[in-house]
Amino acid sequence: MGNVRERPAVGLADILVGASLLAIISIAIAWAAHAHPYTAESGRIALTWWHLPLDAAYSWLRMLAAYIISLIFTLIYAYLAAFNPRAEKILLPLLDMLQSIPVLSFLPVVLLAFVALFPGSRIGVNLASIVLIFTGQVWNMVFSVYHGFITIPRDLRESALSLNLSPWQRFRTMELPYAMVGLVWNSMMSWAGGWFFLMAAEMFSLGNRSYQLRGLGSYLQTAANQGRWGAELAGLTALVLVIVLMDQLIWRPLLAWADKFKMEMVEGADRPRSTVLRILRRSLILEWLGRTLWIPLTEWSDRIFSQTLPDIRKSGALNSVAGLLRWLAVAFVVVVAVTALEGALRLLGHLSLAGLEVVVLATLTTLGRVLAALAISVIWTVPVGVFIGLNRKWAARLTPVSQIAASVPATALFPGLVAVLIHMRGGLNVASILLMVLGTQWYILFNVIAGASAIPEDLREATRMFRLTRIKTWTTLILPAIAPFLITGLITAAGGAWNASIVAEYVSFHNHVYTTFGIGSIIARTSQDHSFSVLLLATGILALTVVAINRLIWRRLYDKAVERYSLS
Amino acid sequence: MASPIYRRGDRKSDSLVRLLGVTKTYKQPDNYNIRVLDDINLEIRPGEFIALLGPSGSGKSTLLRIITGLSTPSYGTVLYRGQPIEGPNPHATMVFQSFALYPWLTVQQNVELGLVAKGVLPQQRRQRAIELIDVIGLNGYEDAFPKELSGGMRQRVGFARALAVDPELLCMDEPFSALDFLTAENLRSELLDLWLESRIPTRAILMVTHGIEEAVYMADRIVILSKNPARIVADLPNLLPFPRNRKSTEFVQMVDQVYKIVTGWDEEDEDDLDTAELASPSQGGEARPRLRPIPYGHISMLSGLLELVSDRGGHDDLYRLGAELLLEVDDLLPVTETAELFHLAEVREGDLFITELGQSFVEQDINERKAIIRDQLKDIPLFRMITRVLASKANHAMNKEFFNDILEEHFSLEEAEHQLMTAINWGRYADIFHYDTDTEQLYLDEDQTGDPIPAETQDS
Repeated sequence: MGNVRERPAVGLADILVGASLLAIISIAIAWAAHAHPYTAESGRIALTWWHLPLDAAYSWLRMLAAYIISLIFTLIYAYLAAFNPRAEKILLPLLDMLQSIPVLSFLPVVLLAFVALFPGSRIGVNLASIVLIFTGQVWNMVFSVYHGFITIPRDLRESALSLNLSPWQRFRTMELPYAMVGLVWNSMMSWAGGWFFLMAAEMFSLGNRSYQLRGLGSYLQTAANQGRWGAELAGLTALVLVIVLMDQLIWRPLLAWADKFKMEMVEGADRPRSTVLRILRRSLILEWLGRTLWIPLTEWSDRIFSQTLPDIRKSGALNSVAGLLRWLAVAFVVVVAVTALEGALRLLGHLSLAGLEVVVLATLTTLGRVLAALAISVIWTVPVGVFIGLNRKWAARLTPVSQIAASVPATALFPGLVAVLIHMRGGLNVASILLMVLGTQWYILFNVIAGASAIPEDLREATRMFRLTRIKTWTTLILPAIAPFLITGLITAAGGAWNASIVAEYVSFHNHVYTTFGIGSIIARTSQDHSFSVLLLATGILALTVVAINRLIWRRLYDKAVERYSLS
Repeated sequence: MASPIYRRGDRKSDSLVRLLGVTKTYKQPDNYNIRVLDDINLEIRPGEFIALLGPSGSGKSTLLRIITGLSTPSYGTVLYRGQPIEGPNPHATMVFQSFALYPWLTVQQNVELGLVAKGVLPQQRRQRAIELIDVIGLNGYEDAFPKELSGGMRQRVGFARALAVDPELLCMDEPFSALDFLTAENLRSELLDLWLESRIPTRAILMVTHGIEEAVYMADRIVILSKNPARIVADLPNLLPFPRNRKSTEFVQMVDQVYKIVTGWDEEDEDDLDTAELASPSQGGEARPRLRPIPYGHISMLSGLLELVSDRGGHDDLYRLGAELLLEVDDLLPVTETAELFHLAEVREGDLFITELGQSFVEQDINERKAIIRDQLKDIPLFRMITRVLASKANHAMNKEFFNDILEEHFSLEEAEHQLMTAINWGRYADIFHYDTDTEQLYLDEDQTGDPIPAETQDS
């Protein structure tokens, strides 16, 4: 199927987009260089248990803010990319790159930039954490909604056109509903990813300065720092509780609700159910709200937007004011980009060859750790995942447990684990691999479970009938069948591992900084001692490496696996 | 021209839709244009029920989309009541083969959709939708979701949705082909009743179909399109009185007449192409011979058909054959075209006659059959080209994309892929060359390289 449009490995647009990204990063760094020392709330996280609900609420609100921004951004970006051919040319490669860059490596830069924006106030740090969560969670949402928009069946599209629905009505009744299932799933994943970043972003120390925000993340870190394991446990319990509540009260009802947007014409056998949704649907209040609020609102929006929403599908010309404004905006962006790029190049001009060598070596070292982490994850998750996937009974029992285990962000466990692992042989060098495994194993496990449970019963019966040995069964049936799923899991896991490197290679604990050689620690260290040329170089090379590996290895492997081993 | 039946006091001069020289071309990546519709001139008058008939891939759906304004012609004009149309025509609605219902909207909401677009107030559009759901026989199902309905009921919703906005022109794109036989028959007669009894305000109906019987059963004017590119080859009035009886002699005669046109339209063209094609290589000129498309016939279906016809004494009526095998003319034609291409059978006036070669094909075992097909393939330009390329390469292998590229010079992207896959199927069957799915390469093995036929036939 030609759902995903094929593009060459590297195109002109990629280079353009890459250059502008470099420019933007360097603007952020230049801004951060002006950062004023920030002194507010440091080290004053109270570890009393009755503060936990409030801490959890703070963290949750930050997540919510980031999610709302993500949602708005997603809808606009995906709509433009899907329906404006000119915008698509730029937005697509940009999306592709942004989603493969490890966001956590920008944490120091983003943090410093926002602290500089609001000197001496906690707004900056708060905004930084929100923006960071946003940049971590938005891309998969955009991608799924974009994918939904462009795969709307032609007949549906044409029926909307032939009924003369306005662009807003089309969006409301066709495009958004069609993309809804993907949006809900990806929102769930994005929240999980968001917790990961939030835990790391709430408390971050750069050298002798430490930035703290009240929240679960800083609570956990403080507890670990002070060695108060009771408090650490209480914090983790609160986190798990929040996650489980979210799952029961929001995600499950949403998933069950979104089931009606599936494009299937036969009722699926096991559709998601939710008691909460059933109760809501039967409640009179909701019905009343629908009648008195929702219907008038749609009527009103139809009338308002039908008149004002410009039809961006027809790319207009210069002859309108809008066109002129757009060209001005483009010109402005070009000027800024060129200036920034020039600055970036000047900054890179300060670099010595030795510096470059160190950064490349560090990248390779971290690459080694990422691969080791993936290998360890595969070794334990493939047998376990296949076992769970092939045994319906066990799957029913283990899936909820593993889902909860997986939803606990690895960064929340980091402080506690570091305390244990730091004294191991090999120190952080080895410990950081384990920390990465912690963050990545779940992606692989869930994909393997999905792959194994998708193996048709008749194929398994055939292997039994021919009395294939256990090894033969694995090589002829199980491994090929799970291959596409395993690779999908590996791709996501690799992204997670790169992200984790920044918090795993540079750990401050008990007022002491532990580091090990690697690209993550270089980024963390250089951003604290203001050697911005190395920081820019390191971030650039890291991004380049990840994008290159994604393009050259993962995507090809995936295409091959899908073509060869797909069971449908 | 036909003299259609006029009802409801419409005057002859009021033409609803006029197509003037409508032509549609698709641009290929290498700037090579594929022409889908060629100079279509058509007039739709009020009171007409027109069936647009043609083989699959003939561009009938494209034509329908141009008439409704969903697509624009590359050249030519579409006039609606004398005005050129821009964008989707608000007076025309469409019924889709796949129903195109929104699964997340209830029956009621689906039917209301067109009224929502018109800005009709909720109370009124509710009223109108309930009326139409009633007319279409779905009362009681207003709050059901499409996935809870059977195929026939879904298409009823499709009709109700299209009729809700009181369209002047109702366009239908193979509306019954996704339904089972009985359901389709039931829905056809109900729609016909609505139309004939003027219970719907629609002024004209245009139906795209590939079912000849369906066209003769419902329409009062049948327009037949050819393929590659589509031209109008016939425009017949169908004056049989309603209700029409499929068993009556007049009905069968009409079906037979249409069948003859549909199965025989390109015989002249084909002969022209044949000579043109044979002429150019023998002249040794620079002109590249045009590749003629091969039909997508499956060899196993071909064998089955020939065996069947041979058992019946060597010839049979195509229309009867199709009806018996439950094959639409669309499915049957590629097989008969393949049989003709291999000189195994001939189609004359809607009848299929097995040739001598065809008779011996039927009597032989599988290996001899392969030999016969192999012999026939030698004369087909596409296979001459493939085997020549493979024979002249040192390693006797060539990437599939290479052939794809060549074919794309002659056909649309999709068609090129389809042609090559059919060629690979035939080539594999006749053991002329091999194809490796993993490497996507066509290649010759040792036995095949020893077979010098292709190149030599060409030269002699």
